[in-house]
Amino acid sequence: MQKKTAQTVAIVVFVFLSIICVVPLLLVIVSSFTSEKALYTYGYSLFPSELSTGAYQYLLASKDKLLRSYGLSFLVTAVGTFANVTITTLFAYPLSNKELPGRNFFAFFVFFTMLFNGGLIPTYLVYTQVLHVKDTLWALIVPGLLMSGFSVILVRTYLTTNIPMEILDASRIDGASEMRTFVQVVLPLSLPILATVGFMSGLAYWNDWQNGLYYLVKRTDLFTIQNLLNRILSSADALRNSSTNEMMTAGFEIPSVGSRMAISVFAMLPMLIAYPFFQKGFVKGITIGGVKG
Amino acid sequence: MKLLQGKKARKVIRFIPMYLMMLPGIIYFLINNYMPMPGLLIAFKKFKFTKGVWGSPWCGISNFSFLIKSQDLSLLVRNTLLYNLVFLVLGTVLSVTVAILLNEVQRKKLQQTFQTLILIPYLMSYVIIAYIVYALFGAEYGMINNSFLKPLGIAPVSWYTEDQHWPVILTCVNLWKSFGYSSIIYYATLVGFDKTYYEAAMVDGANKMQMIFKITLPLLKHVIIILTLFAIGHIFYSDFGLFYQVPMNSGQLYNTTSTIDTYVYRGLLEDNNIGRASAAGFIQSIVGFLCVISANAVVRKLEAESALF
Repeated sequence: MQKKTAQTVAIVVFVFLSIICVVPLLLVIVSSFTSEKALYTYGYSLFPSELSTGAYQYLLASKDKLLRSYGLSFLVTAVGTFANVTITTLFAYPLSNKELPGRNFFAFFVFFTMLFNGGLIPTYLVYTQVLHVKDTLWALIVPGLLMSGFSVILVRTYLTTNIPMEILDASRIDGASEMRTFVQVVLPLSLPILATVGFMSGLAYWNDWQNGLYYLVKRTDLFTIQNLLNRILSSADALRNSSTNEMMTAGFEIPSVGSRMAISVFAMLPMLIAYPFFQKGFVKGITIGGVKG
Repeated sequence: MKLLQGKKARKVIRFIPMYLMMLPGIIYFLINNYMPMPGLLIAFKKFKFTKGVWGSPWCGISNFSFLIKSQDLSLLVRNTLLYNLVFLVLGTVLSVTVAILLNEVQRKKLQQTFQTLILIPYLMSYVIIAYIVYALFGAEYGMINNSFLKPLGIAPVSWYTEDQHWPVILTCVNLWKSFGYSSIIYYATLVGFDKTYYEAAMVDGANKMQMIFKITLPLLKHVIIILTLFAIGHIFYSDFGLFYQVPMNSGQLYNTTSTIDTYVYRGLLEDNNIGRASAAGFIQSIVGFLCVISANAVVRKLEAESALF
């Protein structure tokens, strides 16, 4: 009996929480299908007085620019995630080997990046004045996102606890090189953790707008969809605060209120689609890395 | 002795392929994490972009005294610390509650669905969240003004120019985005608890509430303390996206929305105020480091295996 009441209470609370989590996204989607007239008269609403696909037709008119940004988002996410998973695993695997000379030193080398960092200004100066990534595609891939100490530790912990030394020794005795052992024995066994790290990295790349904000100054043609949305919001805001009626800022027209929401729908769609496939691994990643995160 | 050295050398040689595997990662950490560290010294320099980090002249602690005199520092530290404390307290209470309730949902399918739904906000970028918040609070078209205040006959509020609302709005946004994630951490912990405690309690006639307060919470205490300590270790850092993007970088809101991170960003890229910004960044890095180290020392005292190092 008590079990039942507790469950009922829990379900009621969760229905409420789920609504809170989902309704804001619905607002974005509904707004993108609301007619301009309704938006301007009644504001954003979950129950618009008039529906329309006008926002999407409006987007078609500037589809080249949008498709370019969208494509860049996919490109940066794909390349970045692949590179991230590769160098993270290559780094974590030797660290999981208890016999590696200098293992403690390298482990500390990783830990220290989690304890201390130079912060934005020194990092910005290294990337702009030493590596000159400003206004290049590198700016979207390299700074901050390529590898994190956290995911190295995550993968290392997984490898030490899930891959028995005996298997590796057997492979070596059979004469396989380190690289071959890694590719043919270690990688297949570590697929679950790679999916986790890959999803986390993919999420970070897809959602990133800060690198574009810091490093893309002139090359707005390299904007990802997030950078584009960010620029639209800040330009629209700048317009609202100024008295000029000029609709051209930074070389592009500011889309109407409804079409901005349509772009947002496109920007959130890929992660919402990919998420169910990776959810298990993602939740697992949260729980393994949880306490130390 | 010689033999031993030879052995060691041979061992290192055997591991050469392993070192080569680590090379890309080492190079990346050197560039992305280690090379910027000495750049912190520009807090003590009169920095000129044309002269670079090493060419710019030293200026002692004048950047720091300007930062303190301008009263910026006290505001930034106040905002950063207070927001983090509020997030920590409310976030912990909320996610522990949600985790306990999730455990009460016995039907597996339903439990899975709820887990999926509460993690969705975590997948959104802060740009999208800024659009959502704007759709809710925008002065002209916002849902709050148009659909809630207007029908009630309350005058519309100009949310983006009145700073007193933002501590509440930012706290709600932060909780909304992150509670799913931290609930899962607590949930994973309490799923692992020994079932026999609960069975014994049931035999003794304990009710649900008693079980939660006498068994679940005491067992969770440990993880709560450790996660809290790590959060305190990061108390000098704030989420740039939340504080920059969500209030749309609105100047009228700086009083309650600027944190060390947004201040450093604006000093570097918006109002050309690198001196004071780098002083603030320096303080963040050093004090942040000390906080992490102390938090870790306490964690190690409590439970050595949870410590970071």
